[in-house]
Amino acid sequence: MKKKSWKKKLPAWIFLLLLVLLWQLAAVRMNAAYILPTPMQILEKIWELRVPLFTEHLPATMNITLIGLGISLVLGVLLAILMDASEILEEALYPIVVVTQTIPTMAIAPLFVVWFGYGIWGKVLVTILITFFPITITVFDGFKSVKREMVELMVTYGASQKDIFLKLKIPTALPYFFSAVKMAVPLSIIGAAIGEWLGAQSGLGYFSRRMMTQLDGAGVFAPVVLLSVTAMVLVGVVVLLEKVFVRWRGEL
Amino acid sequence: MLQFNHVTFQYEEEDFNIIDDLSFQVDQGDFISIIGISGCGKSTIFRLINKLLPMKSGEILINQEKIENLSGFAGYMPQKDLLFPWRTIEKNLCLPMEMMKVPKKEQRERAEKILEDVGLLDYKDKYPKDLSGGMRQRISFARTLLTNAELMLLDEPFSALDALTRISMQEWLLSQWKKYNKTILFITHDVEEAIFLSNKIYLVPETPIHRLEVVEVPMEYPRKREFLKRPEINEMKETLVERLRKQQSM
Repeated sequence: MKKKSWKKKLPAWIFLLLLVLLWQLAAVRMNAAYILPTPMQILEKIWELRVPLFTEHLPATMNITLIGLGISLVLGVLLAILMDASEILEEALYPIVVVTQTIPTMAIAPLFVVWFGYGIWGKVLVTILITFFPITITVFDGFKSVKREMVELMVTYGASQKDIFLKLKIPTALPYFFSAVKMAVPLSIIGAAIGEWLGAQSGLGYFSRRMMTQLDGAGVFAPVVLLSVTAMVLVGVVVLLEKVFVRWRGEL
Repeated sequence: MLQFNHVTFQYEEEDFNIIDDLSFQVDQGDFISIIGISGCGKSTIFRLINKLLPMKSGEILINQEKIENLSGFAGYMPQKDLLFPWRTIEKNLCLPMEMMKVPKKEQRERAEKILEDVGLLDYKDKYPKDLSGGMRQRISFARTLLTNAELMLLDEPFSALDALTRISMQEWLLSQWKKYNKTILFITHDVEEAIFLSNKIYLVPETPIHRLEVVEVPMEYPRKREFLKRPEINEMKETLVERLRKQQSM
């Protein structure tokens, strides 16, 4: 089984390697590191800047990401529960939730800086705005996917609404919840970086922007690489948690 | 045991009473099959007994008491096993007992006892996906038994099984019925299954349902498959099939 999944991923790895090679060749040929640094130069940069990157900027970004993700999860799940519990609330909230997604966050985010200053809360708000939506909708779908027959079966056993919620709805929605978290993790990191890009004194987004003003190509890429590696690691953790908590995916 | 008195019911989206002034009764210890064509409203009867649907008028009595004042009087076994995939077999069996607030220890004891009875004790800690269709139906039946209700409502429980598994499940069900001394109402559209299992067949003669036609099955228990070859049984089967077919073509 393990061997097979490894084999399945092989083409992707080979392709990735080819792309990186191509990049390296093209960048060497171009010889303009301030526009297109080579992958090697980026790695060197990460190593060179390891102390500020890992001790100052990564923790700052993670701080915003995790606070934003946490609030988004609570908010998203809460909204999903409310919309599932009452049809009126569904009709009242669902359209608004969708409308929040039509807001070009990037465009209004500078306002958050005006409102909340350079502290973390403006950035957390950006993170929440782009993260909570997929959580709400996916978890809500999860609740909606509960089979009516199963609810009825529980009713014939004399189940209360609370029983149905705890013993049927939550387990049914759990795989959906994990899908939502997997989507939300990279989004919240992007949100945090955007927030920092707009105004901050630390963080990987801020760092990347500062390097931009110094025309340091590799310096722009270094925090970006770090961000995406972090996202991958976090998603990996979520996948592991999912394997522990959900062993029945696709059996309903 | 179970009594329908002038029960009328109408689905909101329909403009007629699908069940109209229906009266019938089921005696203690009966094994009754309700047969009728698809969509004739036989499942509606179950849903009324389960209080999943509100009747328009009339009353349903269990041992002379109105069902409105009762709970946990009927164990319902649906067509699909509806086992919860996130629960082990044992935990699935505990579900109805959890609703009835049976103490944990007793839940476990009773679940284990019944697993032994249905011959699936080895599967206690397995998940539904590890079981075959026949095994899952046996668990579903065991779960229904654990509701401790005297009346069991089985809604086409074997219709999704292959022919061979189905035959052995029918024999198994008869042995369980005998052992636990339950009253069973069994919905099916398979005439042979109805004849093999039940002491009386209630035929749905038309929709809307005004009455159920009672047909006694002249066979003794314990039943054997070769009984089905008897000429009078064969003739009964032919007549019933013919009647259902006529309804269907109407």
